[in-house]
Amino acid sequence: MTYNVWQVIREGLRGQTGWTPVWRNPTPKPAYDVIVIGGGGHGLATAYYLAKNHGITNVAVLERGYLGGGNVGRNTTIVRANYHIDGNTEFYSHALKLWEGLEQDLNYNAMMSQRGVINLAHSDGQMDFYARRGNIIRMQGDDAELLDRAAVRRAYPYLNHQDPRFPIYGGLLQRRGGTARHDAVAWGFARGADQRGVDLIQNCEVTGFRIEQGVVKGVETSRGYIAAGKVGMAVAGRTSQVGAMAGLRLPIESHVLQAFVSEGLKPILPGVVTFGMGHFYISQSDKGGLVFGGDLDFYNSYAARGNLPMLEHVVEAGMALMPMLGKARMLRSWGGIMDMSMDGSPIIDRTPVEGLYLNGGWCYGGFKATPASGWCFAHLLATGTHSEHATKFLLNRFETGHVIDEEGTGAQPNRH
Amino acid sequence: MSRLPDGGMVDRSKALKFRFDGRLYKGLAGDTLASALLANDVRLVGRSFKYHRPRGVLSAGSEEPNALVELGEFAHRLPNTRATTQELFDGLVARSQNRWPSLRFDAMEINDLLAPFLAAGFYYKTFMWPAAFWEKLYEPVIRRAAGLGRLSGQRDPSEYDKAWAHCDLLVIGAGPAGLSAALRAGQSGARVILADEDFVLGGRLVAERQDLGGWTDQVAAELDSMPNVTVMRRTTVTGAYDTGTYGALQRVADHLGHVPQHTPRQTFWRIVARRAVLAGGAVERPIAFPNNDRPGVMLAGAVRAYVKRWAVAPGRQVAVFTNNNDGWKTATDLVAAGVRVTAVVDSRSGVTLPKGPWRGFTGAVIQDTAGRQGLRNVTVRDASGTRRIEADCLAVSGGWNPNVHLTCHMNGRPLWREDIEAFVSASGAIPGLAVAGAAAGAFSTKAALEQGSAVAAEALEDLGLTPVPLDLPEAEDAPVKTSAFWHVPEGRGRAWVDFQNDVTVKDIQIAHAENFRSVEHMKRYTTLGMATDQGKTSNIAGLAILAELAGQTIPDVGTTTFRPPYTPVQLGVLGARAQGNGFAPTRLTPSHAASTARGAPMVEAGLWLRAQWFPQSGETYWRQSCDREVAMVRGAVGICDVTTLGKIDIQGPDAAQFLDRVYSNMMSSLAPGRVRYGLMLREDGFVMDDGTCACLAPGHYVVTTTTGAAGEVMAHLEFCAQCLWPDLDVAMISVTEQWAQFAVAGPMSRAVVNGVVDPEVTDSTFPFLGCGVLTVGGVSGRLFRISFSGEHAYEIAVPAQYGDALYRNLVARAEMLGGGAYGMEALNVMRIEKGLLTHAELHGRTTADDLGLARMVAAKKDCIGKVMSQRPGLHGPEREQLVGLRPVDRTAKLTGGARLTRPGAEPVRTQDEGYLTSVCHSPDLGHMIGLAFLRNGRARLGQTVQAVDFLRDGTTLCEVVAIPFIDPEGEKLRG
Amino acid sequence: MRLTCPLCGVRDIREFTYLGSAKLLERPAGDAGAAVFHDYVHLRDNPAGANRELWYHGMGCCAWLHVVRDTRDHTVLDVRLAQEDPA
Repeated sequence: MTYNVWQVIREGLRGQTGWTPVWRNPTPKPAYDVIVIGGGGHGLATAYYLAKNHGITNVAVLERGYLGGGNVGRNTTIVRANYHIDGNTEFYSHALKLWEGLEQDLNYNAMMSQRGVINLAHSDGQMDFYARRGNIIRMQGDDAELLDRAAVRRAYPYLNHQDPRFPIYGGLLQRRGGTARHDAVAWGFARGADQRGVDLIQNCEVTGFRIEQGVVKGVETSRGYIAAGKVGMAVAGRTSQVGAMAGLRLPIESHVLQAFVSEGLKPILPGVVTFGMGHFYISQSDKGGLVFGGDLDFYNSYAARGNLPMLEHVVEAGMALMPMLGKARMLRSWGGIMDMSMDGSPIIDRTPVEGLYLNGGWCYGGFKATPASGWCFAHLLATGTHSEHATKFLLNRFETGHVIDEEGTGAQPNRH
Repeated sequence: MSRLPDGGMVDRSKALKFRFDGRLYKGLAGDTLASALLANDVRLVGRSFKYHRPRGVLSAGSEEPNALVELGEFAHRLPNTRATTQELFDGLVARSQNRWPSLRFDAMEINDLLAPFLAAGFYYKTFMWPAAFWEKLYEPVIRRAAGLGRLSGQRDPSEYDKAWAHCDLLVIGAGPAGLSAALRAGQSGARVILADEDFVLGGRLVAERQDLGGWTDQVAAELDSMPNVTVMRRTTVTGAYDTGTYGALQRVADHLGHVPQHTPRQTFWRIVARRAVLAGGAVERPIAFPNNDRPGVMLAGAVRAYVKRWAVAPGRQVAVFTNNNDGWKTATDLVAAGVRVTAVVDSRSGVTLPKGPWRGFTGAVIQDTAGRQGLRNVTVRDASGTRRIEADCLAVSGGWNPNVHLTCHMNGRPLWREDIEAFVSASGAIPGLAVAGAAAGAFSTKAALEQGSAVAAEALEDLGLTPVPLDLPEAEDAPVKTSAFWHVPEGRGRAWVDFQNDVTVKDIQIAHAENFRSVEHMKRYTTLGMATDQGKTSNIAGLAILAELAGQTIPDVGTTTFRPPYTPVQLGVLGARAQGNGFAPTRLTPSHAASTARGAPMVEAGLWLRAQWFPQSGETYWRQSCDREVAMVRGAVGICDVTTLGKIDIQGPDAAQFLDRVYSNMMSSLAPGRVRYGLMLREDGFVMDDGTCACLAPGHYVVTTTTGAAGEVMAHLEFCAQCLWPDLDVAMISVTEQWAQFAVAGPMSRAVVNGVVDPEVTDSTFPFLGCGVLTVGGVSGRLFRISFSGEHAYEIAVPAQYGDALYRNLVARAEMLGGGAYGMEALNVMRIEKGLLTHAELHGRTTADDLGLARMVAAKKDCIGKVMSQRPGLHGPEREQLVGLRPVDRTAKLTGGARLTRPGAEPVRTQDEGYLTSVCHSPDLGHMIGLAFLRNGRARLGQTVQAVDFLRDGTTLCEVVAIPFIDPEGEKLRG
Repeated sequence: MRLTCPLCGVRDIREFTYLGSAKLLERPAGDAGAAVFHDYVHLRDNPAGANRELWYHGMGCCAWLHVVRDTRDHTVLDVRLAQEDPA
């Protein structure tokens, strides 16, 4: 079924009786060419691009819970391509290009909205650093502008320009950045993969790997053994656990990141704003909720919920930056489990087990990566070689020292 | 007026004036905005989110989905305020929201006509073509239509606070269960906090005709009088967190027209409770039937509450629709209060309705309603057919849901109880919290009282306290008789499940048809339960309808999770005191007063404020001051406050060995009276920080850190000492705050120093990199001959309380010699000229080798980071190395953050070879200079590169030069 | 969340900072080689369950604490001074 406005009208006229399932509920087959573990955004995108780019459709996505129930369903929906270290810069650039054509490609409106992302600077040194970042983004072919103090004031009058503890010197603006409707991204990829013949299998937990002579043969699941030519893991948040079933020890820790949404409000915030002197970023969804977040809770956690100190800190930063927020109310807070790698950047690579591939370590950059992550992981699974957009996300980089450390905080996952 | 002639907990002697949508009304003290509006026959109070349907008050509590208003005006405007919980005060101003131009005539009501096309998820299927129209057309229209109330866009002028409280037992909710729990615990001597969101205690006891006589008031008075009990009215416990921590919002002054001075409007409490009792009651559930959203359709318990507590009749002709005996009470209560009841419609067959002056229907349903902006009549259908019944108010009861919200905050999943057809909390869902009363599914008053008393006793025993016996009053103990009935399946027209988000039964059917069958999928696809009420009145019905469609039981379908906060909390109070300077502490240097007196502008350096430059008369631009200060230091002498550098005092017999392990270079060979530059690595081999290490005496060192890294280095050194080498006998303490420290720099620095120290300093007693303890102006101080400017220089330290006096003294002496104070800008220029490092270069991705400091990683010993610093990725010609750059055209500008490529190379990322970190105009050289990281840079001295800055100044051809830019042999340091 | 500092008593986690796995207590000898150090610096157990970890009481007594905490529900199972229990 192709979606378009005429169909919406036709269904409206006949009482919405003609809609069909967006994806099937297939019974697992005994064997697949490729099994993707994890039915989140990255796993679904991987399956989609395996089918679309490589013609590999004998694929199963195994999801322990429901499709899109991982971090793709619990994030602050920001899309941007403003990384400054080789490896990241070109990868997120590719992601942004995919985002820009995603809806037409998927025939699903994920509400990708390019209303701009600005990172505010609060010192001359930070302005220089943003210039450095902006210049490499421009050299990559993406957009970046350095706004000075007056330009920020004009464009963002509701920021605290009056008595800030940390004055705003300017900001790095990427107009092509923005937000997308997170759930719709997962559903759109799921629908696209399903239409191309991929089996999306929910409530199917992987409980072990069958590995013979260092080669993966298939996976044990809560719904029985399933054989596979290749297995890809896309289980960010749980990478350590799933990896451990295959005997892998990985440079990843799991941490909780909280996010928050306000009650619905009439439009007041056009794009994404990030504070440079406290971890705080905010945007307004199309429904009107202010969606905002900050830093990790700092301790390892699988609880998918946080505590008050970080919640309060995030809101304090919000009040410091945007004093108008005081009259908005927090409606809901939640937590996601972040796959924090040792340098803050992801891993898309083979593993020491032949036929077993790893996609993880997304820290809290996973949402914006979704299409490119799927694209590049599918490329690796299909061809055995790295996509040109993701040549540096190697598992052995920690041993060799070719780390991709955007924040410069070293091997301390909770500080990336 | 619908105010009943007598009764109610309102003060008829205190009339309060208020405005709603510009019209003036009168209410009474004790009213909520909702009760006052109903008393004035205002039934249309809002518009729904999506279809802009006319809506009225549904409930009498915080579960309200419809009656949301903008409260207050201008910067005080508070959107999405529940009229059902907002206390009325004199002068209150409220406006309806999400309508244009007016509540009665809302142009967006066109959405309701278009509703057939706007079903669940329609927006995922359209608005995709052409792609560029999304941001330009579709989305702006959608955004304008969406949202509820409006933020003012102005700074929130209110004051808020945060606070801590500690107790043995936190009792959440002051209904019968909460009151008996708090009373028993209080009488037993425990420290008790009783919190209730309402402004009167009693819970349902104040809403029901069958109350407990004077018991509630008497208990409230007793609790108020107990010194070990804190009763927190208007306080909502918003969240349950780890280790017995609860968040609570106290509305201190939201009920006052004018907030008294020095009183916060609200306070956010973190309550630390050893044990807690959740006695939060239950929320009544509506029933979905066609057009069940009209103003006048209300929850039955709310109708009783308006009659009993506020003496307001929500209608003149009330019909009742129920699936349980509790609904019957509504009819009897209303009649007793003199309100006409036209019909009692019970969905159950075979029950015997109580007798009364109404038409009774069993096995019957409401099939439709009429009345666009207020209910006029309802259509009842039973086995015998359909008929219209006059009603301007329909009281609906679909049973009650225990309020399990808080018990889900730590991921607890509630359990389905078949006997009451509702979810209750799993035991132990929140460690230390027990649930009592209706919140635990005990729906009779008697059971609630007994459970409250019992769980309090258990909690007290857990805490080692002895519970005293508690006398409970006689109370009703009617059994719960309900028969699940979620929606009227037949009939045309939309039946609302989630009123606020406009989710209908049909939407759930669509979600199911499209295979959004997981409960989370259904929720996210339809947005059911995602409105400002978090689905308090809609979630369970949604689950039930989904279960019915799937042919499953409700517990098989599962539940979605309630997340904190229980009710929405203003960001103003969660971020209390963070506006302006409150966001972070401000650290002031000892020279702050003297510097501001001289007109020095201040700049943030971490939490510190430091002087940027010291303008003199005639100077209008910072560069003039900066250049003069540089010339002053290089030609005479300058004084600069460097107190902000981290200072750590390290002592112990094993201190030298310890320092060898934490610094990459050798420190154990440092003799007393000597200072050495030191480099610290992280364990992953990259540079952590640099600084100086001074040996004051055997086993006694003072090390400095950069300003920004002071805390991190301190924690790291403590980690090394306590965790890695607890066998070493070494101790350390941060003394950054204790010592004021000033740089005295320039060829005449010794003369200035000798003016204040005793004994006199000479080149032999204090050679370059010498240090020692001496007398400074009569107090014991420290002197270090170190330099961050390249000049002959000292840093002189005295206990912080003498800092201001010493600074003024030093500056005065310097001025007599043609010198004076200098600030951060001049300091920065001089350090760039000398190629010295700050965090622009030590940014966490640089290695000792990148910085040209490979020789500082001593070969002979192990140290933190040494092994990992030898990884191949940290060495070699591919790495970017620190070099100096100067423009080939000496008049050209350099900008920090410009990228470097080979001359003529296409400016694309794959050609990138590095970047400029720090630039300045060098007054000595007369042109701009910069520090840069350049690929294989040290091998490229003399070559040219181009600096590309797309964002600012274009492209500049530069020459790669060695650093430092001036005095490469360091003759001035030693001179 | 609250931690019981052996020196200061029960305190809110705002007083503490978290470093990471208590594996960091077991620093290899300087001549152990790159592979051993890679393992020490980068590879952690990351259990969903009891986690041995290091916290610093920086806003209190400056003690480093060796904490055992369940990462599934944040229950604190044990706290002791890191220097008392280097293993």
